[in-house]
Amino acid sequence: MCGIVGLFLKSKELEPQLGSMMLGMLATMCDRGPDSAGFAVYGAGDQGHVKITVRATNPDFDFAELATQISDEICAPVEVAVRDTHAVFTVPAKSERAARDLIEATSDDVKVVGAGKRMEIYKEVGRPDSVGMRFHLEQMAGSHGIAHTRMATESAVTTNGAHPFSTGRDQCLVHNGSLSNHNSLRRELERKGLKFETENDTEVAAGYLTWRISEGDSLGQALEHSLSDLDGFYTFVVGTEDGFGVLRDPIACKPAVMAETDDYVAFGSEYRALAGLPGIENARVWEPTPATVYFWERH
Amino acid sequence: MPTIDLEVTPLRELNEMLHKLSEGSNDTHFRVLNPRGRHAIAAGVDAPVTVEIDGNAGYYCAGMNQQANIVVNGSAGVGLAENMMSGRVHVKGDASASAGATGCGGLIVIDGNASSRCFISARGIDVVVKGSVGHMSAFMAQAGRLVVLGDTGDALGDSIYEARLFVRGEPKSLGADCIEKPVRDEHKCELGKLLEDAGLAGDVDVSEFRRYGSARKLYNFHMDNLEAY
Repeated sequence: MCGIVGLFLKSKELEPQLGSMMLGMLATMCDRGPDSAGFAVYGAGDQGHVKITVRATNPDFDFAELATQISDEICAPVEVAVRDTHAVFTVPAKSERAARDLIEATSDDVKVVGAGKRMEIYKEVGRPDSVGMRFHLEQMAGSHGIAHTRMATESAVTTNGAHPFSTGRDQCLVHNGSLSNHNSLRRELERKGLKFETENDTEVAAGYLTWRISEGDSLGQALEHSLSDLDGFYTFVVGTEDGFGVLRDPIACKPAVMAETDDYVAFGSEYRALAGLPGIENARVWEPTPATVYFWERH
Repeated sequence: MPTIDLEVTPLRELNEMLHKLSEGSNDTHFRVLNPRGRHAIAAGVDAPVTVEIDGNAGYYCAGMNQQANIVVNGSAGVGLAENMMSGRVHVKGDASASAGATGCGGLIVIDGNASSRCFISARGIDVVVKGSVGHMSAFMAQAGRLVVLGDTGDALGDSIYEARLFVRGEPKSLGADCIEKPVRDEHKCELGKLLEDAGLAGDVDVSEFRRYGSARKLYNFHMDNLEAY
C-alpha cells in the first residue's frame, strides 16, 4: 500500500500556497505509507537554465563547495539552494551534461535525483509529514506538484527506493501498487543500456517510460504502451513540466480520487487527502476510469 | 437528536456510542458532521436507528450494518456497507469500489454511480444504483438483487451464482457464465417492489430493464470450460 497526492493549480493566485496545500494532503496519507516519502514541485524556472536536484547521504556534505567546483568547471555562475539532505543547483542549460558528470563523479555519497527547467525532487526515509517539514515543503511555491508516501512491498526501505523517480527532464513518476514482471522487464531494459540502482519495481516503470520516450513516444503514448507491457497493479501519477498525468491499470485495485474546481485539479489515493482543500465541498469529485490516460496541463 | 462533529469527537467514540445502542434506546437519530473521508464511520451498528452523515465518507462506511438506516449526504469510499446483514443504506452521491460486497441482507440505494466490483460476492443483499456501475460488478454473486438504472462496466456477473441482475442501460460486456435471461411477469413484479422500496415507484418503467443471471455452466468442473475457470 502507498499513498499518492497531486495538485495542479489553475489559479496563479494560489501558487504561493502550493507547498502548504501539498503538505496538508501528504500528511493525511501517512497511514498509507509511513516508511518514506518524496515529492516533486514545479516552481520557477527559465529557458536558459536547468535545475539539478542532488541528494547527499552524508549530512555534512558541503554543497556550496560543490557549487564552486561546478562553477569553475563550466566557467559560469551556479546557484545552489540547500534544503536538508538535498540541494538544487541551477546551471546554464548548455552546461547541464558537464555539471551532471562532475556531480556524479564527486563521490558515492552524492546522487542526482532529477533535473529540469522547473522540477525539484525531494525524498527521504521517515514519516511523510516529517519528511515534508524537513524540506520545508510548506514554503515552496509553484504551479503543480506530486507527492508519495511509501509502504515498501517490493524492495528495501531506502531513500533510493522512495518515490518520485525521475523519468526524464522535468518528468517524474510515483506509483501505488506492485508490478509482477519488473525483474524480466529490468533485464530487457538493461540490455537496451538503461541502468538501475535498486531492486525497486517503480524504478523499472520509470526506466520503461524513459526508454519509450527515447524511442520517440510522447509521455501519453509511453503510458498507453505501459498498459500492455507492465503486468501488475498500479496507479501511476506522472509529473510533467506543465502538469500531471494519471493512469490506473485495467483492474484498478489501487484507489484514486480526483477533484476539480475553477482553481485546481487535485489527485488523492483517498478522499481524505482532498478533504482539506479550499472549496472541496463544491468540487467535482470522481474516480478516474481504469486503463485510461488522463492529463491536466497548463497551456 | 445527538449531533457528533468528527472534528471534535474521535470517530471511535462515535462508533462505540452506536455499538452500545439497544432496542428501545431513547436516541433514534444521529447526525454526523465533518466526516472528511474518515474510514469505518457507523460500521457495526446493530440497532433500529437512523445515522445521517453530512459529507463524504471514507472506506467501509456502514460496514456490517444490522437494522440501522444510514444516510450519507455525500459520496462513500471503498467497501460501502460491506457484509451488511439488514437495514438500509442510502448514499446521495457516488460509491467507490466494492459497494455492498458480501452483503447478506438489507438494501443499499446509491443515487450516483458505483465504481468497480459493486455487489461482489453478494449473498442476499439488494443494491439499487441510479447511475452506472464499474467493471466486475456482481462477480461471484450468490444471492440478492442488483438493479442498475444506467450502464455497467466490463464483465458483469462474472462467475455468478444465483443472484439476479436487472440493468436498464447497456452492460459493456458480460463475464464468464453470465447470460441475459427473459424478463417474465414475476420478474417485473419483483423489480417493481424493489424499485418501490428504493423510493423510485412510478419514476422508472420496469419494462425497460433486461435481466441477467447465471448460465450455470461453471458450477461443476467440466473439461470443455477449462479456459473459463
